[in-house]
Amino acid sequence: MAIEQDVLVVGGGLAGITAAISAAESGAHVRLVSYKQPTLRHASGLIDVLGYTPDGEGPIVDPFDAVEDLPEGHPYERVGPAAIEAGLDLFDDIAGDTYEGNHTDRNALVPTHGGAVKPTARYPDSTAAGLASDGRDALLVGFERLVGFDAPLAAKHLAAAGAPFDARGVTVEFPVELSADPKVTRFAHLLDQDKPIGGGTRGVRRALAELVNGRLDGEARVGFPAVLGDDHPREVRTDLAEHIGADVFEVPMGPPSLPGIRLEDRLYEALDEAGVSIETGNPVVGFEADGDRVESVVVDRTGNDVPYAAEEYVLATGGLVGKGIDSDREGVEEPVFDCHVAQPSDRYDWFEDEAFGDHRFARFGVDPDRELRPMDAGGTPEFSNLRAAGSVLGNYDFAAEKSGSGVSLATGFHAGRLAGEGAT
Amino acid sequence: MADTPSVLVIGGGSTGCGIARDLAMRGLDVTLVEKGNLTHGTTGRMHGLLHSGGRYAVSDQASARECIQETRVLEEIASHCVEETGGLFVKRPEDTEEYFERKLRGCDECDIPTEVLSGREARQREPYLAKDIDKAITVPDGAIDPFRLCVANAVSAENHGARIETHAEVTDLLVEAGEVVGVEVRHQSGKGTRSHGAAGTIEEIEADYVVNATGAWAGQIGEMAGVDIEVRPSKGVMTVMNVRQVDTVINRCKPKGNADIIVPHETTAILGTTDAEVDDPEDYPEEQWEVDLMIDELSKLVPKLQSARTIRSYWGVRPLYEPPGSGTTDSEDITRDFFLLDHAERDGLPGMTSIVGGKFTTYRMMAEDISDHVCAKLGVSATCRTADVALPGSKNYRVLEDAMDDYGLTSPIAKRSTQRLGSRAEEVLSITDPNPVVCGCEGVTRAELQDAIGQAGTDLNAVRIRTRASMGNCQGGFCTHAMAQELHPEYDAAQSYAALDELYQERWKGQRHALWGEQLSQAMLTYALHATTMNRDSDPVDREEAIDFSAFDDGGDAATGTDTRTTAADGGAHGD
Repeated sequence: MAIEQDVLVVGGGLAGITAAISAAESGAHVRLVSYKQPTLRHASGLIDVLGYTPDGEGPIVDPFDAVEDLPEGHPYERVGPAAIEAGLDLFDDIAGDTYEGNHTDRNALVPTHGGAVKPTARYPDSTAAGLASDGRDALLVGFERLVGFDAPLAAKHLAAAGAPFDARGVTVEFPVELSADPKVTRFAHLLDQDKPIGGGTRGVRRALAELVNGRLDGEARVGFPAVLGDDHPREVRTDLAEHIGADVFEVPMGPPSLPGIRLEDRLYEALDEAGVSIETGNPVVGFEADGDRVESVVVDRTGNDVPYAAEEYVLATGGLVGKGIDSDREGVEEPVFDCHVAQPSDRYDWFEDEAFGDHRFARFGVDPDRELRPMDAGGTPEFSNLRAAGSVLGNYDFAAEKSGSGVSLATGFHAGRLAGEGAT
Repeated sequence: MADTPSVLVIGGGSTGCGIARDLAMRGLDVTLVEKGNLTHGTTGRMHGLLHSGGRYAVSDQASARECIQETRVLEEIASHCVEETGGLFVKRPEDTEEYFERKLRGCDECDIPTEVLSGREARQREPYLAKDIDKAITVPDGAIDPFRLCVANAVSAENHGARIETHAEVTDLLVEAGEVVGVEVRHQSGKGTRSHGAAGTIEEIEADYVVNATGAWAGQIGEMAGVDIEVRPSKGVMTVMNVRQVDTVINRCKPKGNADIIVPHETTAILGTTDAEVDDPEDYPEEQWEVDLMIDELSKLVPKLQSARTIRSYWGVRPLYEPPGSGTTDSEDITRDFFLLDHAERDGLPGMTSIVGGKFTTYRMMAEDISDHVCAKLGVSATCRTADVALPGSKNYRVLEDAMDDYGLTSPIAKRSTQRLGSRAEEVLSITDPNPVVCGCEGVTRAELQDAIGQAGTDLNAVRIRTRASMGNCQGGFCTHAMAQELHPEYDAAQSYAALDELYQERWKGQRHALWGEQLSQAMLTYALHATTMNRDSDPVDREEAIDFSAFDDGGDAATGTDTRTTAADGGAHGD
C-alpha cells in the first residue's frame, strides 16, 4: 500500500523547500523526501538573484532590468519576473528579520572571504553592516587558526576594487586556547556559550571585543569571519558591537558555512510551520508510471522499497554537486526519472580549457517547459505531473551569473504552486 | 681561470639537480638554471615508480641491473622520498606462461629477488586483484616522490654552495672562438626565488663548462649553438585515482604494452601509461582515448578501477634518444639507456656536454657519470659521494619517525608531515606560532607551506610540489585561496592573487581529464566556491571598468521603513 499525499517533493535544498511550502500554501498535503544533507551548508547564505548576465556583463545593479534579456530556456525566462518576485516574497516571509535587502530591488555588494565583493539580492542581517556601498570605514578581523580569510589581504583587495571606504585588516589569536586546527563550528560554539575565561567573570565575547578594541582606529564597523554564533548569532553580534562600540558584521566563508547552516535551520522550521511532512535520509530509487503520469516513486527505507504516491511531483534533487545530475564516462543523466539532459556526446566538449571558462557542464540539467515540466529531446513533457526546480534545471550557469538562490526560489515557488493547484 | 672551476647546468629535473649536487659536493662552483619550476619537465610528470628493474629484466638487462642497484641506493639516501611498497608482476590467463618464466629467469639473472605467488596468495596481499589472475612474481618495486627527491637534491647542492635559479630560461648559448663559455638567461622575475609581478631581467652567466641536462628539450638547447641532438620525445599518460586501490606496485606480466602498471603513490594510485612519439615536448595532444585506455585495460587487473574515481590525468614526455642510424620505429623499442654527448668530440664544439635518454630511477648514476666526465675535462680529481651521503631530510629518518613529537598537530597530520619532511620535520614544525592545517586533503600545515614559500617565493606550483598541498581529492577547491593567502604580507596583495590564479589554472588543467561522476561533481563544487562564493571569476579588481558602488544597495535605512522597491514587499503576491 503506497504512502499517499497530494504533492511529493524530492529533494531538501532551497528549491525543494520553497516548492513544498509554496504547494502547501495552496492547500495541498505535501511530503518532502530528501536523501543527503542539502548543499545549503556549502553555500555562503547569500541569496543571489542575478549578478551578471550570461555574457558576463556586470555586476548588475537591478536584476529585474536584466531578466528580460535572458535567453530562451533560461529558468528565469521560463517562469517570468512575477515568479521571481513571488519566490523572493516567500523567502522574505520565511527569513523574517534574519535577512535584509528587501527594501530595494538593487543588488548589494557583499565583501567575501576571498576579498572580492559579490552582488547579491538578499543577505543575512549579520552581513548587513558590511556592505561595500556603505561609506563607513571598516576594520576586518581574522583569526590566526582560521584559514581561508586573511583579513589584511582582504582589506587591501577591497581598496584595490575601489570600495568607497578605508578598510584595514588585522589578525588576532582567538581569546580561548584552541587546538592547532579548530573547526569553524568550534569558534561559533565558544561564542554562543560565552563562558568565562581565565577563571574570571569575563566571557569569550567580551575578551574578543577587548582584543579588537586594542586594534581599532576609529572604524565605525568591524567585520569577522562568519563564525559569530550558531544558535545565538544575534546575541553574539549585539554583545560584540556593544563591547567594541562599533557595528559588527560577518564576512561569508566557504564550507561549512554558518550562515548557510543557520538558513537551513530556519527553512526546516518553516517547512514544519507550513505542515509539510518531512523525511530525510532515504533515497528515491525508482518510480512507476502510467502513460504520461508518474504514479508513484519508490523510496528505499533501510532496504525496503516503499512506494510513495502523489497527484503531483516536484523534482528538486540539485545539480552536479547535489547529484541530482549524475554522469559517467559515457554521458550525463538525471538519475531519478531519467529525464532528458541535453549534452555534447564527446565528454571533452563538456568543459573549457580556462578554469573560469564558459563550461558546458555548469549548464547541465533538465530542460523544462513554462510549467517547469522537464521535456524530452523532442520538446514534449516527460510526464504531465512532474515538475523540476532549482539546480536540477539546465540552461543556466548559477556560479558565473550568481543566480543560484534566485533560480531555486523562483522555480521552487512556481513548480510548487502549479503542483499544489494541480493536486487540489 | 678562477680558483674554483665553474659549471653551469641547464635543466632542473632529476638529472640536472643530481648533477648539481654531485659537482657541488666535489667542490665545484655550480649554477643550475631551469626555465620553470624544479621538476617542470619530465621529472614532475612521471608515474612515481622506483624501478626494481623487473620491468627491464627480459628486454634490457643492463638497465635492469642498474635499476636494482640504484633502488638500493635511494632507499638509503632518500628514505623520506621512497615508500618500499614492493611490486607484483601479475599474469592473466591470456598472458603466456613462457613470458612469465622468462621474467622470472631474467630477474634472477639481474639479481632482482623474486618469489612466485599463486593467484590466491596474490589476492591475499592485494584483495582487489582480479579473480582470474593466475599467479604473480614479487619484486622489490617501490614508490618514489619525484618532487621531493628533486628538491632535496637541489637543497643539498645549495648547501654545498651551488646557485639554483628557477624560472630562468636559457635564451642563448654564449660561444666564443668556437667554444661554449656560458649562457644567457631570462629571469622571469629577477634573480632568486620567484616573485609575481617583479620585472624580468637578462643575465649572462659564464662558466668553465656547460652541461645540457634538459632531456626532451636538449635539441632546443643544441640548436642555439648549431648542433643537432635528435631526442625522440615520447608521451605517456598517467591517470590519478583518488584513493589507493592497491598498496603494491602492480605490473602486468607481458611484453611491452600500454596501460600495464598501477603505482600506489601517497594517497593516490597512478595508472600508466602510453608510449607515443611526439614532435614537440611542449605541444602535443592529450587525448580522451588514452585516459579511457588506462581505466579499461587496468580494470582487467583491478576490476574496481572501472567505476572508481579519478581526480586528474597528466602527460609526461620521455627524453628518449638513440644514436643516429639506429632507425627504431616504435618508440617503445628505443633503449632506456642514457647517452653522454660530448660536443667537442661529436660536433667540434668544446665546452659543453649533453646528457640524454635514461630514466628516473638511475638519475644519480647518470649524474655521477657526467660529473666524472666534467671533472676529467676540468682536471678535477674529486670523487663522487652522492651514493653515500644522505639527502637533506633523509638522515636518520626512521629513528626520527619513531621519536617524533607531535608538535601540537593531530596524529595523522603529524604523520603525513614527517613523511614528507623527513628529518627536516623538527626544523620546520617546531615553531611556536599557531599552525593550522591549510590543505585538509593532504594534511599540510601553515609551517610546512611557509617553509616551502621560503624556498619557492610566490610560485605556488613550486610550493605544491614540495608539500602536496592542493593535490588531493578536491584538487585545490578548498585550499588554493588559503595557500595564496599564506603569501601575504611577505608578498603584496596583487602578487598573492596572481599566484592564486596561476595555481588554480594549473589544478584545472589535469582535472579536465577526469570530469565525470564524482570528480565532475567535485569540480562543480570547486567552481561554485570560487565563482559563486568568492566571485573570483568576475573579481572587480580584475575588470577594467570601475564599479559605481553608489549605485548598489548600501543597506538603506531599513529602520525607518524606507521602501525603494518598485513592487510590494509584503508577501501579498504569493500563496493566495
